[in-house]
Amino acid sequence: MANQRLPKGMSTGKKINVKSLIRVVKMLYSFYPKLVVVTGICIVFSSLVSALPAVFLQKVTAIIDEYCKNFKIHDNALWNIAKGKIIPLLIVLASMYIISIALMTVYSLLLAKITQGFLSKMRCKMFDTMQDLPVRYFDRNKHGDIMSHYTNDIDTLRQLISQALPHMLQSGIIVFSVLFIMLWFSFWMTIVVLCGVVAMLFVSKKIGGGSAKYFIRQQKSVGKTEGFIQEMMNGQKVVKVFCHEEQSKVDFDKVNEEVYNDCFKAHAYANCLGPIIMNIGNILYVFCAVIGGVLLFLKVPNIGIRSIVAGVGILDISLIIPFLNMTKQFTGNLNQLSQQINSVAMALAGAERIFELMDQKPEDDEGYVTLVNVRYDGETLIESDEYTGKWAWKHPHGDGTVSYTPLAGDVVMKDVDFSYIEGKQVLKGVSVYAKPGQKVAFVGATGAGKTTITNLINRFYDIEDGKIRYDGININKIKKSDLRTSLGIVLQDTNLFTGNVMDNIRYGKLSATDEECIAAAKLVGADGFIRRLPEGYETMLNNNGANLSQGQRQLISIARAAVANPPVMILDEATSSIDTRTEAIVQRGMDKLMEGRTVFVIAHRLSTVKNSDVIMVLDKGEIIERGSHEDLIAQKGTYYQLYTGAFELE
Amino acid sequence: MIKKLAKSVREYKPAVFLTLFFIFAEAAIESTIPFITANLVNSMNDGEANLKYIIKMGLILILLAVCSLSCGGIAGYTCAKASAGFSKNLRHDMFYNIQNFSFTNIDKFSSSSLVTRMTTDVNNVQMSFMMIIRIALRAPLMLIFSVIMAFIMGGRLAIGFVIMIPVLGGGLLLIAKFAMPAFRRVFKKYDKLNESVEENVRGMRVVKGFSRETYEKQKFSTASEDICMDFTKAEKIVAMNGPLMQLCIYFNMILVLSFGSYLILGGHSSIQIGDLSSMLTYGFQVLMQLMMISMIYVMLTMSAESAKRIAEVLDEKSTIKNPENPIYEVKNGSISFKDVNFKYKKHGKEFALTGVNLDIKSGMTVGIIGGTGSSKSTFVQLIPRLYDTTDGEVTVAGVNVRDYDLDTLRNAVGMVLQKNVLFAGTIKENLRWGNENATDEEIIEACKLAQADEFVSSFPEGYDTFIEQGGSNVSGGQKQRLCIARALLKKPKILILDDSTSAVDTKTDALIRKGFANYIPDTTKIIIAQRISSVENADLILVMENGAIVDTGTHSELLKSSEIYREVYEQQVKGGDDNG
Repeated sequence: MANQRLPKGMSTGKKINVKSLIRVVKMLYSFYPKLVVVTGICIVFSSLVSALPAVFLQKVTAIIDEYCKNFKIHDNALWNIAKGKIIPLLIVLASMYIISIALMTVYSLLLAKITQGFLSKMRCKMFDTMQDLPVRYFDRNKHGDIMSHYTNDIDTLRQLISQALPHMLQSGIIVFSVLFIMLWFSFWMTIVVLCGVVAMLFVSKKIGGGSAKYFIRQQKSVGKTEGFIQEMMNGQKVVKVFCHEEQSKVDFDKVNEEVYNDCFKAHAYANCLGPIIMNIGNILYVFCAVIGGVLLFLKVPNIGIRSIVAGVGILDISLIIPFLNMTKQFTGNLNQLSQQINSVAMALAGAERIFELMDQKPEDDEGYVTLVNVRYDGETLIESDEYTGKWAWKHPHGDGTVSYTPLAGDVVMKDVDFSYIEGKQVLKGVSVYAKPGQKVAFVGATGAGKTTITNLINRFYDIEDGKIRYDGININKIKKSDLRTSLGIVLQDTNLFTGNVMDNIRYGKLSATDEECIAAAKLVGADGFIRRLPEGYETMLNNNGANLSQGQRQLISIARAAVANPPVMILDEATSSIDTRTEAIVQRGMDKLMEGRTVFVIAHRLSTVKNSDVIMVLDKGEIIERGSHEDLIAQKGTYYQLYTGAFELE
Repeated sequence: MIKKLAKSVREYKPAVFLTLFFIFAEAAIESTIPFITANLVNSMNDGEANLKYIIKMGLILILLAVCSLSCGGIAGYTCAKASAGFSKNLRHDMFYNIQNFSFTNIDKFSSSSLVTRMTTDVNNVQMSFMMIIRIALRAPLMLIFSVIMAFIMGGRLAIGFVIMIPVLGGGLLLIAKFAMPAFRRVFKKYDKLNESVEENVRGMRVVKGFSRETYEKQKFSTASEDICMDFTKAEKIVAMNGPLMQLCIYFNMILVLSFGSYLILGGHSSIQIGDLSSMLTYGFQVLMQLMMISMIYVMLTMSAESAKRIAEVLDEKSTIKNPENPIYEVKNGSISFKDVNFKYKKHGKEFALTGVNLDIKSGMTVGIIGGTGSSKSTFVQLIPRLYDTTDGEVTVAGVNVRDYDLDTLRNAVGMVLQKNVLFAGTIKENLRWGNENATDEEIIEACKLAQADEFVSSFPEGYDTFIEQGGSNVSGGQKQRLCIARALLKKPKILILDDSTSAVDTKTDALIRKGFANYIPDTTKIIIAQRISSVENADLILVMENGAIVDTGTHSELLKSSEIYREVYEQQVKGGDDNG
């Protein structure tokens, strides 16, 4: 129900944003410079041609009129004389029509191509920009909102390019050329038509405005109903358990009645708009005919642009007939034009939202230290293009020399301060020392800053003050992609991608062979259950692996991290949504994975962190206790209380 | 399917008939207008004598326009009423039927799909309904009237129509027919693309963590280009609509002009100049109507899918019904399971529960321990007959649960579901779900027992604090305690807590259990938990695995006899896990 849009032709009072319009057109032009121009020319010409029938109709009726007046007897002989004049005219007209149809075919096909190509390119551009945006963007914006750029906003762009813009151009050209032709024939009649048009626009604006008001109200009550339905459907099992069915029926009827009332009013207005506009058009037609008749009767001298060339004549029927047709054409296209302006304005709002995303500042990466394969030549490291299994940081210095530091996994944080939002400090003076191969655990309540620390190590966010060094190198100097390659992460929310199990494991290292992936799965103890899946490693995972259990999903995500084989691992609540028995199985996989690596563990469950080398207890962004499990138990501080169950982490 | 849906029109039938009547009138009037216009124009040619006639015709025309406007306006009004009413009734019927759904029915549809069916699908059907009663009648009527009028007026001149209608009509339908499957295919692909974007957005930390930005970009652009190609193909079919229509208009125009001037000047017919332009108007009208018909065709096929999805909900019969002569009293809280097997789907292969035999005496406290997927929740949901057993029987107070009146049974069994929900409303309103007539004292008492009174009282507005939709403004542990209080207000004979204290700290958890033992000793209590500490004092502990009860006994017995129980216990105690 949310997509009950305003019907066509309803004014929303929106103005066209010229800046965005220019930007859209410019982009369109940059993608398809030739095609856009060709399409534009085709539209202009074919619209001009569609304004012409009036001229020819006038000429043909003038000839008929002339013959009718001069010859009282109508027979084949008269037709034979007249056809010499009429047929050539019609041939010219027909050939113009053929050209017009050809042009229209060309631009319709081109528009289909341009529109879809443009959308595809815009989507890719948007996606490319999005991939480079900092994690902050995704944390700050609701996923639904980001998604709507790809669905609703792109859809408005499609409307804009394939319909609104070409139609606006078309109607605009027709309106102006018809106006010109009207003026060419007769000023008097033109004035009559214009007066009628002003009246028509006035009325439609009045009614349209009223209707828009109700549509906005309907939108609101629709939203309310939708919320209610959603809540009830989600809680349907609770409704059953409490035998609350009758009460919820009563509540629903109330909401339903409300939405009915608003929906009814909004549509009643909108439905009336059509007949009103059409019949005002009819009445205008009648006025033109009657006034034309009166002018004809009075034998008023006719003045038009044509008079300048042909001299002032008398208004005759051959002028009135095409005028009547032009009245319809003029009002019809004027209506179209105002509708199209409206929909262009609405579509541009969508374009603006897309531009907003595209204009987001990408994650900046000023790092220049890169991760390279090396081999040892005695004591010295030599960079290698081939895969050697050994890695080192390549550090170019200002004086042109290059030094290599072997990748070890030594992470040091010193006096780190950080806040997501200015003024709300999340971390205060945090220092952490992790030697290669050590297991460091963070414990603390939600919001204490555990995840934040790991967000800083892989530079999802940048620190405000202090230093973080990786193998002795300031992480700001390391290229982000290389830094992240050297860090493996396993998160609480397992995110698997559509594809088979093998693809999902390979995500950790794209060049990994099937054997490597299987070896990784074996290492973490996932191989067994994967083989028991209906199609083993080829089993397709959909919808974030909905066909697997939580523990199985987690095992795959651990295998994914294992295949990447990084020296440093971050495990952020990796096992907290698994029950204790399943956890025991996953834990074995994790233990295998952790061997010989520097590991940062964040866990809710103390059993997960007990065997760490160092445990840090965080509270409100500060480390309040640190030490091994035994040390902390002996201290009888916060950790001890947590351990004995005196408080709850929430 | 259409019959099923049409039943929901009900009290809005008069509005539908009124709409049809006025649409008929409007179309009839509308199609005479060009005819009168032609007379008016023709009369101009005769000069002076007819000024009166011109004005007379003009007045008739204005009258007709006003009539047509009124008919159209009234039809628009009644149509809005009928379609809004129809969708209201559809929603009403669906909602009422859903209220009768059993858990099996709900599982079958899933709640998100029910939401879509009640919102988007109803909206689609409403729009189509409006189209049908307003335009689907009007378009063919106008088409027929226009053709008739054209023949009356132009005679042989109307021959162009005979050619134009089948060519254009056939062409438009052909285009729609070819384009629709093409579009359907693309939309499916398009949905997939959007799903993958969603996946990407959700998993952004993984993408960035593995530095897979470039890989994702390439994957996306390949998919996007593929869609672009398919879309272009489909759009190109539709693009032929415009030229085809233009062709027909122009053909008719040339025909009317050439044939018309031949007829007039050659003296072959009595038609006059004014008729020519009206013939063009009729031609244009016919064309518009054909376009409308092809549009309706597309819309109807599109919304047929929605109609089907709605009909599915309306047709769904609850799998659990009240027995014919139900028993209205539950005497006590004793429960027994006899050879119970259960599977979720009738024709499914796997049993969720197998061979369950158990007797629980009234007033006992029973703990259940088991891993995810061990069917603990399934087991307890059989007690208030949320599902029916596949084999065997479940009895409460010695009576088969199938013989009880459903409300009586469910009111006697208080259940706190694992996936629990608070609704938008004040805390008090939420708690009164348990008992509509509960006094404030009773509410406070229940909250005290559930250890919720303390934090509720600490809120500035206490029991009148408004709970947001989904209970997003209370913490997990607070929500659980409120849900327990809500179930307690029912004063049930049997109280079931399905992992309902997982977010509550062990101390509070212990207080809640202590309260149960002291204040509701006669109520049978069944507690599913992850923590051993939550069940260790129970009279009976069940260890479940793979849909069966593998071990039973008290804490100390199980420590000796059950390997699984011991394993879990050791892991939790040694691991120090009291927070799970």
